[in-house]
Amino acid sequence: MNKLRKQRLQVVLLIIVAGALASGLVIYMLGQNVNYFYTPSQIARGEAPEGVFLRAGGMVVEGSLVRDMDSLALEFKVTDGTSVLVVQHTGILPDLFGEGEAAIAAGKVDQNLVLQATEVLAKHDENYMPPEVAESMSEAYLDKRKTAAGTQ
Amino acid sequence: MKVVGGLFLNRLALFLPLVLFAALTIVLLLGLDKDPSELPSVLVGEPFPSFSLPALHDADKTLDERDVIGEVVLVNIWATWCFACRIEHAMLNQLAEQGVKVIGLNYKDNREAAITWLNERGDPYAFSVFDERGRLGIDLGVYGAPETYLLDATGTIRHRRVGVVDDRVWNNEFRDLYAQLIAVQR
Amino acid sequence: MTVELGHIALIIALCLACIQAVVPMVGSFSGYTHWMRVGHSMAVGQFVFVALSFACLTAAFIQDDFSVAYVANNSNTLLPLQFKISAVWGAHEGSLLLWALILSGWSTAVALCSGKLPLILSARVLSVLGAISVGFALFLLLTSNPFDRILPIPPLEGGDLNPLLQDFGLIVHPPMLYMGYVGFSVPFAFAIAALIGGQFDSAWARWSRPWINIAWVFLTIGISLGSWWAYYELGWGGWWFWDPVENASFMPWLAGTALMHSIAATEKRGVFRSWTLLLAILTFSLSLLGTFLVRSGILTSVHAFASDPERGIFILIFLGIVVGGSLLLFALRGPTMRSVTTYSGWSRETMLLINNVFLVSSMAMILIGTLYPLLADVLDMGKISVGPPYFNIFFVPLMSGLMICLGFAGFTRWKNTEGRALLHKGVIPSIVSLVMAFVLPMFMVDKLSWSNYSLTAVVTLLLVLWVVTMSLEDLWLKSRGKLSSLRGLSGSYWGMLVAHIGLAVCALGVGLSTAYDAQTDLRMLPGDKTELGGYQFQFVGVERVQGPNFIAYRGNVEVKSGGELIVRLSPEKRNYTSGGQVMTEADIDGQLHRDLYVSLGEPLGNQAWAIRFQVKPFVRCIWLGGLLIGLGGLLAALDKRYRRRRLRKGADESSGGLVFE
Repeated sequence: MNKLRKQRLQVVLLIIVAGALASGLVIYMLGQNVNYFYTPSQIARGEAPEGVFLRAGGMVVEGSLVRDMDSLALEFKVTDGTSVLVVQHTGILPDLFGEGEAAIAAGKVDQNLVLQATEVLAKHDENYMPPEVAESMSEAYLDKRKTAAGTQ
Repeated sequence: MKVVGGLFLNRLALFLPLVLFAALTIVLLLGLDKDPSELPSVLVGEPFPSFSLPALHDADKTLDERDVIGEVVLVNIWATWCFACRIEHAMLNQLAEQGVKVIGLNYKDNREAAITWLNERGDPYAFSVFDERGRLGIDLGVYGAPETYLLDATGTIRHRRVGVVDDRVWNNEFRDLYAQLIAVQR
Repeated sequence: MTVELGHIALIIALCLACIQAVVPMVGSFSGYTHWMRVGHSMAVGQFVFVALSFACLTAAFIQDDFSVAYVANNSNTLLPLQFKISAVWGAHEGSLLLWALILSGWSTAVALCSGKLPLILSARVLSVLGAISVGFALFLLLTSNPFDRILPIPPLEGGDLNPLLQDFGLIVHPPMLYMGYVGFSVPFAFAIAALIGGQFDSAWARWSRPWINIAWVFLTIGISLGSWWAYYELGWGGWWFWDPVENASFMPWLAGTALMHSIAATEKRGVFRSWTLLLAILTFSLSLLGTFLVRSGILTSVHAFASDPERGIFILIFLGIVVGGSLLLFALRGPTMRSVTTYSGWSRETMLLINNVFLVSSMAMILIGTLYPLLADVLDMGKISVGPPYFNIFFVPLMSGLMICLGFAGFTRWKNTEGRALLHKGVIPSIVSLVMAFVLPMFMVDKLSWSNYSLTAVVTLLLVLWVVTMSLEDLWLKSRGKLSSLRGLSGSYWGMLVAHIGLAVCALGVGLSTAYDAQTDLRMLPGDKTELGGYQFQFVGVERVQGPNFIAYRGNVEVKSGGELIVRLSPEKRNYTSGGQVMTEADIDGQLHRDLYVSLGEPLGNQAWAIRFQVKPFVRCIWLGGLLIGLGGLLAALDKRYRRRRLRKGADESSGGLVFE
């Protein structure tokens, strides 16, 4: 093997090793920083991992928004039509947040299945709700109907 | 020979971007299928959800799913706050004139404003259900207004359109299916 | 009538584009010079008709012609004139028409400035540009016609332009961004022409360089404006969200930056030929991909909207033909690597290679992060979103590495630079930046303690000072300390210097505003006070005010420092009457070294309000840096050498800079 070919082989090996390392790192980091979406039903069934950062959402239940009188702590409930999820948050709610409207909250679920949200996002558009929420609602309705049919 | 082999490998390396791009294209193509506006409701093929809500024009009259079942109908979700509904309205009037039965679901709206709106622009709806709180919307998984469902005579949802129904959408997505369902009904 | 005229003009433009795409290309193979010349006049003609079409649409907006669906959806009679005009490109159809207009504008510019180019090359370049125009015109006419009428009953009043978009920033932002995106079609066309002709000498590289620079300047300014707009208009003080739409504009920028560096080596030394060609294709492909991602609604983001899947399919097919076709051409005809390298050690070639590795890997990881949610959805792995930490964890180290290398940029020479000499030059700057980076953070805070001595600030200052001192040392050595000899330095050199210092300024803003950002959300009653970042904020109260097309709650906040009143801020919560949208209008007191940022949250009853207070040190440097980077690109593009007819080979080595002869 002459010197030039040896050099080239080294370069190729280097590229392969670096590429493998980089893709491994990217995959690992994606795994660490990806936030899954859960529906209130899924959380009620205990399918959401405890203490892992995730997103959840649904329709804000009318009259469920309660505020602390001394701070910005607040609590509200979201529903997908079947189950209700309690969300606790401290901070300012987005402009488009409203009771009876869709909202998504990001945070961690605690032992009591309450979502401790670090961020609350309302729908980003006046007219349309986030697709995750709309989909989760019709899925929940379907589940509910199937269970009802099963018990009859 | 060595040189030729080297060149061949080099040439092969130049194909790498093309291969990567092809993979990307496949993902994008599959992703397009997942386009939320294209994704049919999980309710397609399912019976229309049961409900019990007042009529728009008569607050004392209660409507339920039985009022929707029995004929091939379009259920159109609309509101006065929804601008696209204004554009869609002319199309719905036209369909109603052609004899298509359209049922309105007035969604998260104000009753008086909605009635005035229909008086001004014409009322294509056989009747309108007044869903002030969006309850039926929850079960249907409504994204927003406008949205249109095609129901067969048994009350099963056969097609769903998120967004405006105009000439093109009607011709592409609804017309044939509608004609077919009508034929079955007779 | 104007509307039909606009529609017809667009159809004529499509026909001209078809001729422009086919005739010169055929001519270039059969050697008919007449045919080859056709492209030039077609490009100009096409521009005239697309411009006419655009003017017609604008007229429809000004005249409130609500029989046009696009106008009715995006404008109303109450909208001020400047927003009626900017509403033309406020949504999908119009922004595509703007894209087509800009593309034909760039084609015309190529046609008019191609006097020096060999006819066969300019014919092929214009033909490729024409083909892209055909694609966009077809896309417009078939799936997104802005001239579609609402018949038979047009609405009397239009909808409203989203109030977020009723802003000066958004009048200028999209055209700038598109000038950049579309501008990269020119180097792309040059690359394709080179591949078709099989000629990879330095000529195509030299000709496409000024085009790359100018497109890149527009893109740089466009991205900076977008970030600035998000900062003051979204109302909560964020300036970059790693939102898919932001990423879509940032990826072509990174690839374009890599391209403008690698093409320097290709032109001067004939190295990285296939890599440069690939980058030219990649940069434009990413611009197209950006359009696809944004316009197909495939990724939900702040900007996405429920859209027509037909459009998505069309763009994907278009993307497949343009990108797939050019990559196939590249695979079949691209130059294979030369086995013998003609550079070594710490030569400028090596440094440019390292630069490209940093830039392209940043781009790749952003691409992966942006598309991963889509991939997961396709594979039924659930609905996911990729959080900003993913992007930051890769982007920050990669950019830091880039800045370390960037310090040496001016000192390196082609072929070979002696490593020891390079290190020698780095001695003084590294001592200066090390000392200052550790000392300065002590003065950034009031009472120094271990807890508020920021390591982020140390690292930021280290990198920033390193780049600045190295650049200044290089300038000192090149000018030999004499002011008079500064004028002898080339535009390219100044461009490099200014852009690199601009990057440092931008990094300073990012780093220090992250390190010393102070933010608090509080429940405030009138008269309540709070202290933040060395400033005292007092909430005086809220009043109702009437705006031109909104009603607002206007807060009154007094800011004091050391007992002295500095400024009164009046953040607003606006309620737009026509659409009922609510908007948070923050009030900002901006100075170079800090921004005071107050936004009004929601009323909490009993006169209490939720208020967000922020003190953001040096945040303005981010956009100032962006402007400097753009200015650098402009200086490089204006270099006299691009206007000279013939170039002397290999002369004038001493002028230095990234782009010298």
